[in-house]
Amino acid sequence: MSAHPSTYEPKTGIERWLDARLPIVRFAADYLDLPTPKNLNYWYTFGAILSVMLVVQIVTGVILAMHYVPNGDMAFNSVEHIMRDVNYGWLIRYIHANGASMFFLAVYIHIARGMYYGSYKAPREVLWLLGCIIYLLMMATAFMGYVLPWGQMSFAGAVVITNLFSAFDQVIPGLGTAITTWLWGGFAVGGATLNRFFSLHYLLPFMIAGVTVLHLWALHVPNSTNPTGVEVKSKEDTIPFHPYYTVKDGFAIMAFFVVFAWFVFFAPEALGHVDNQVPANPLVTPAHIVPEWYFLPFYAILRSVPQKLFGVLAMFGAIAMLFALPWLDTSKVRSMRYRPTARWFFILFIFATIGLGWCGGKEPDDMVITLGHTANNDPTGFSVTWLSRILGIYYYAYFGILFFLGIYEKPLPVPASISTPVLGGSAMPAGSVAQAEKKG
Amino acid sequence: MGRNSLIAALAAGLALLGLTSAASARTTQAEFRPVPGGFSFETPIFGRFDQGSLQRGYKVYDEVCSACHSMNLVYYRNLCQQNGPFFDPKHPNPNDAPICKAIASSKKVPDIDPDTGDVVQRAATPADAFRNPYPNKAAAAAGNGGAAPPDLSVMARAREEGPVYIYNLLTGYVPAPAGLTVPPGKYYNPWMPGDVGSYWAGAKDKVPEGGFLAMPFQLTPNRVSFDDGTPGTTQQMAKDVATFLAWTAEPKQTERKEAGLAVMIYLILLSGVLYVSYRRIWKNVAH
Ligand code: HEC
Repeated sequence: MSAHPSTYEPKTGIERWLDARLPIVRFAADYLDLPTPKNLNYWYTFGAILSVMLVVQIVTGVILAMHYVPNGDMAFNSVEHIMRDVNYGWLIRYIHANGASMFFLAVYIHIARGMYYGSYKAPREVLWLLGCIIYLLMMATAFMGYVLPWGQMSFAGAVVITNLFSAFDQVIPGLGTAITTWLWGGFAVGGATLNRFFSLHYLLPFMIAGVTVLHLWALHVPNSTNPTGVEVKSKEDTIPFHPYYTVKDGFAIMAFFVVFAWFVFFAPEALGHVDNQVPANPLVTPAHIVPEWYFLPFYAILRSVPQKLFGVLAMFGAIAMLFALPWLDTSKVRSMRYRPTARWFFILFIFATIGLGWCGGKEPDDMVITLGHTANNDPTGFSVTWLSRILGIYYYAYFGILFFLGIYEKPLPVPASISTPVLGGSAMPAGSVAQAEKKG
Repeated sequence: MGRNSLIAALAAGLALLGLTSAASARTTQAEFRPVPGGFSFETPIFGRFDQGSLQRGYKVYDEVCSACHSMNLVYYRNLCQQNGPFFDPKHPNPNDAPICKAIASSKKVPDIDPDTGDVVQRAATPADAFRNPYPNKAAAAAGNGGAAPPDLSVMARAREEGPVYIYNLLTGYVPAPAGLTVPPGKYYNPWMPGDVGSYWAGAKDKVPEGGFLAMPFQLTPNRVSFDDGTPGTTQQMAKDVATFLAWTAEPKQTERKEAGLAVMIYLILLSGVLYVSYRRIWKNVAH
């Protein structure tokens, strides 16, 4: 499966027997032995953290499903039953609910790391695309999971998100309505919607697991990138995955768990919304509908566009840009370590995305800078909507900037290999640096 | 689509360019006053419920709030479970605890007579949920001017800063300021989130904070006389019932914090061990 030759030798009779029939031990042994760039930093540990989070979510989720009742009249109380009466039910539920947030935190760092170190560039485009698919599946899973407790925010979220599809009525009259009716299983969000969301919420994580296998397979063909962006040149550049990265990832996972546990045990509802402790009631709409924090940047983009269909397209487009990224970035230099200009645009992109998240949590009419007041004492000035527009435009522009930067930017000298430092004086192979300088 | 929606988009965009803000209805709420002495359970790691306060809080609920508010998620047995108001280590099984049996049997709950099929009232057992003051939601609304009193089981988790909010609401009834017309059957409270703009005759930029609610002031001084001699001031009753509601909203809070402390110590130690192993294994790798 991976490019490097297998070094596994079955030692016992049983292992030889099995190896001739299903070389699963060989597979695991080769995996552990995989020569890996020796300079991966902590940003590279989030892949392992994500695998562990997926397992955590599936295990806790399967247990929750044993006690949860996907019925409009009983869902809310069944969740409370888990919190109150099921042995350690509170623990399992809080792990699962906060685990979703931790999963997204880790995936955002993982994606940002990939964007900074150019992990999406050839020959890793398929690896990147599979990652984007995992991210989409995660969003669908998290959205449907948030609906299951059937609180006020669950209900409002389901209404708002499914209603987005009604914008397609503006493309083909009736199309949007048909899609929403089909999604709801009726003419409004109701018990039928809850039931199908539960079914899909249970299904999608296993699809994530499947795509994750493909993602890892696609990783083990070209192998990891590394902070220099230079491909592995010799054996000197690599170390076996085990024990070097098992222990480094293990440490990172535990450190991550400390943060995770803080939320689970000491602030379990800090990331939630109080309205979701009120049972769903179609007759009462919560005053401020906000999605979970990990959707806020996209929510801000959606709301910043005054026309619904374009808002929906802008929101989905923001995710679609990620899919196109490998072909939008034209630079030959992989790691932004050696791209002095692109690096700044990248940092701005991160700030813009966080800023959009902030906007998504505010009311569109809230003011960022208040300049005055209307007769009704409502503030006027530079509103959240406008900030979202500016940041949203930058979000999109970033991808175009990368396209042109690849042509105009002067990259710094790139080391000849992982083991040769660039600024290390005599250890530098003169040729490569001179070349890089000439190119720039 | 095409033309029309493009024009609509442009028009809407131009309208928004004026940087105007819609004259929208805004809910307001007065800033919270601190709870005297604070809540003992508030701090994330070491905060614990004060059992005396929980017991007094139950009494306030039982004697005042339970006339209108249900608590469908709370069972009489819960009162005697670990970390509950009446937990007694001598009776670890809450269903057998004499206090809970006594509390339950003093309440009448509806049931079906298995022989006749008639609806009967029988004494509750620890396994029953708190008695519902109204037979159904319609009756609850009819009895309270159209606004059914909400179930209080998870109320303390269902509002921002729940227990502090409940304290502020219950102690926050003030006479309506001059110029504010209070609708019949409603009461003004600056801590009830709301928008009283359309009932306000004064200046548009001086609309009072807060809103109206259908619940009148309840905690008149000495309405509840506490068994432990604590004076029954409005503040005391409000603080205690807020504590009780914080417990009913999350009866496993103490278990959570206790387990959390152990888990944290374990995870931090394990991280340390792994870090040391990492440094040792990587000692000879130049990277
Ligand atoms: C006379 C009946 C009655 C009694 C007694 C009563 N309430 Fe209420 N309560 C109501 C009604 C009715 C509402 C609904 C108010 C509304 O929505 O307008 C309400 C609402 C509430 C709310 C929710 C406010 C909000 O944010 O929506 C809380 C909290 C509350 N009551 C707590 C208590 C507590 C604690 C007690 C006992 C000290 C108590 N109530 C006693 C009738 C009562």
